[in-house]
Amino acid sequence: MAKYIIRRLLSLIPTMFIIITLSFFLIRVAPGGPFSGEKGLPEQVQQNLLKKYHMDEPLFRQYLRYFGDVLIGNFGPSLRYKESSVNELIAQGFPNSIILGTVALALATFAGICVGILSALKQNRWQDYSAMSLAVIGISVPLFVIGPVLQLVFAMNLKWLPVSGWIFSRAGLKTLILPALTLAFPYFAYIARLSRASILEVLRSDYVRTARSKGLSEGIVIRRHVLKGALLPIVSYLGPAFAGIITGSIVVESIFFIPGIGKIFVQSALNRDYPLIMGEVIVYSLFLVTMNFLVDVLYGFLDPRIAYK
Amino acid sequence: MTDDVILQVKDLKTYFKLDEGLLKAVDGVSFDIKKGRTLGIVGESGSGKSVTNLAIMKLIPSPPGWIAGGEVLLHGKDILKMSDTEIREIRGNKISMIFQDPMTCLNPFLRISTQMIETIVLHQGLDKKAAKDKAIEMLKLAGIPAPEKRIDQYPHQFSGGMRQRVMIAMALSCNPEILIADEPTTALDVTIQAQILELINELSERLGTAVILITHSLGVVAGMCDEICVMYAGRIVEKANADQIFGEPKHPYTMGLIKSVPRLDKTTKERLYSIPGQPPNVINLPDCCPFFPRCEYAKDICKQKYPPVSGISTGRSVACWLYGGGN
Ligand SMILES: Nc1ncnc2c1ncn2[C@@H]1O[C@H](COP(=O)(O)OP(=O)(O)O)[C@@H](O)[C@H]1O
Ligand SMILES: [Mg+2]
Repeated sequence: MAKYIIRRLLSLIPTMFIIITLSFFLIRVAPGGPFSGEKGLPEQVQQNLLKKYHMDEPLFRQYLRYFGDVLIGNFGPSLRYKESSVNELIAQGFPNSIILGTVALALATFAGICVGILSALKQNRWQDYSAMSLAVIGISVPLFVIGPVLQLVFAMNLKWLPVSGWIFSRAGLKTLILPALTLAFPYFAYIARLSRASILEVLRSDYVRTARSKGLSEGIVIRRHVLKGALLPIVSYLGPAFAGIITGSIVVESIFFIPGIGKIFVQSALNRDYPLIMGEVIVYSLFLVTMNFLVDVLYGFLDPRIAYK
Repeated sequence: MTDDVILQVKDLKTYFKLDEGLLKAVDGVSFDIKKGRTLGIVGESGSGKSVTNLAIMKLIPSPPGWIAGGEVLLHGKDILKMSDTEIREIRGNKISMIFQDPMTCLNPFLRISTQMIETIVLHQGLDKKAAKDKAIEMLKLAGIPAPEKRIDQYPHQFSGGMRQRVMIAMALSCNPEILIADEPTTALDVTIQAQILELINELSERLGTAVILITHSLGVVAGMCDEICVMYAGRIVEKANADQIFGEPKHPYTMGLIKSVPRLDKTTKERLYSIPGQPPNVINLPDCCPFFPRCEYAKDICKQKYPPVSGISTGRSVACWLYGGGN
């Protein structure tokens, strides 16, 4: 097991190397540049700016320079937000996005599994039908509709929760509820459907028939014999779900005015703020590959049939 | 005589409501299980053998299935009328089952110890420690080497034959009166089949357990069973003791089954006999002998009405128009 973990960790190095290299060159291929948008900049000023950021050098040279900086954890200056470095910008925004994403995913997983279990055990009864209708809504209605609808109902009409804002404001943790619900909804829906299907399948399995034939009560059959096997597919879904939820958070952050990294991300892409884009890509990727790695290790702990070599 | 009878199945019917129509998987099956004896139930796949035995344990998946009639009397008390709690007292305790595919019948996520101990604790009221000792003893009886070590392993660490041994050990761990073995060797290698049958035979004899041995091949039951029921399309077409079945089969289907058993004393190069035609589709079956399209003795009456069950001698009966119109 320890060997497997070390090997997986080492394999993160080439993965990250490829991500960094590909992104670096792909970004440069896109038309436009960081200063081309600013109309009226005299030719000479543009030249000076490029020189200041070493962008007049050959591309490969720039790449090597950038790579060296990244190795010591320096993502360089932002070309647009001139008063802050990329490190600072990410340090401000990223934690907020992670808080939002983690809360949303935890919510989606917990509620999704509970509803999935309920649906499966009450198959084809009203509980099942209503849960699965809710799930269809969650999967088919986009975030930018769900968010404003929740704002309308719970903030404007019922006045239970703030319309927008973030946890460090006076409204505190309350501000987290609506955006987290919005972001969680589609994932909740998917996880509910996934766990329902998976539980129904396990309920029909031979080993559950064996468990029943031994005289175990239905409660023990479900808890001991059904749930573990049925919920494993959810664990492997969590890796990709995290990727999706982080991307989704860009939309939710702008609906609820959350100072996360999503908004800067979109802006930086539009502005061709090369160092900022790269910094964000690297931090996101590192986060995602780490999550996938953790999920794999967790899966290995849960499924005894998997032997790590 | 009747004191020996532990379990009486009387006119048991189990139907499934499917999109294609009503499937009478078991349609009026009756037999008795006597203490310490072995009953074979033989028939092609789909004839209703498994459903019969799941119905005895009230384990029919519902929907789509339900028990449409009949009685299952355990010491005179009808299992089918019992509450869920009463039935759970019987399952795994008075009557246990082992199934066809040992690869899928043990829970892959739980250690053998967990799966065995839970049954013993439930039915014998032992604490976990004592239950584990009992489980180890059963594994040893079932011929598992180093059971103290193996018991803490997971099912995937066992071969198919070993898993079936674990199933047998688990099924017998509460000293049931009846062991239902549903095609226990069908999924196993030929070399292992005989060992497993021998193990069931030996342990049931030692523990005084009655056995219902389900199989699709008469060859399997030949040496093991006292009595044999031949099933076709949800009904018992012939019931007799083993010698009679092999010595003088009455029903044309039984004759076909006997002819299709591979024999060592014949050295012809002929292909192994198999009954012509396909097993019937039992959905919406009309009133007729379902075997008539494959039967070389078929008469007009066979196509019009299901033959009555004629008693031939005590404990021996056949459902076929060749043997009179009943009496
Ligand atoms: N859960 C089920 N749902 C629908 N049909 C079933 C189910 N279980 C068994 N059947 C049908 O009942 C009939 C008898 O099946 P079974 O008892 O399993 O046959 P076998 O003699 O091979 O054990 C078959 O036609 C089968 O398709
Ligand atoms: Mg069967």
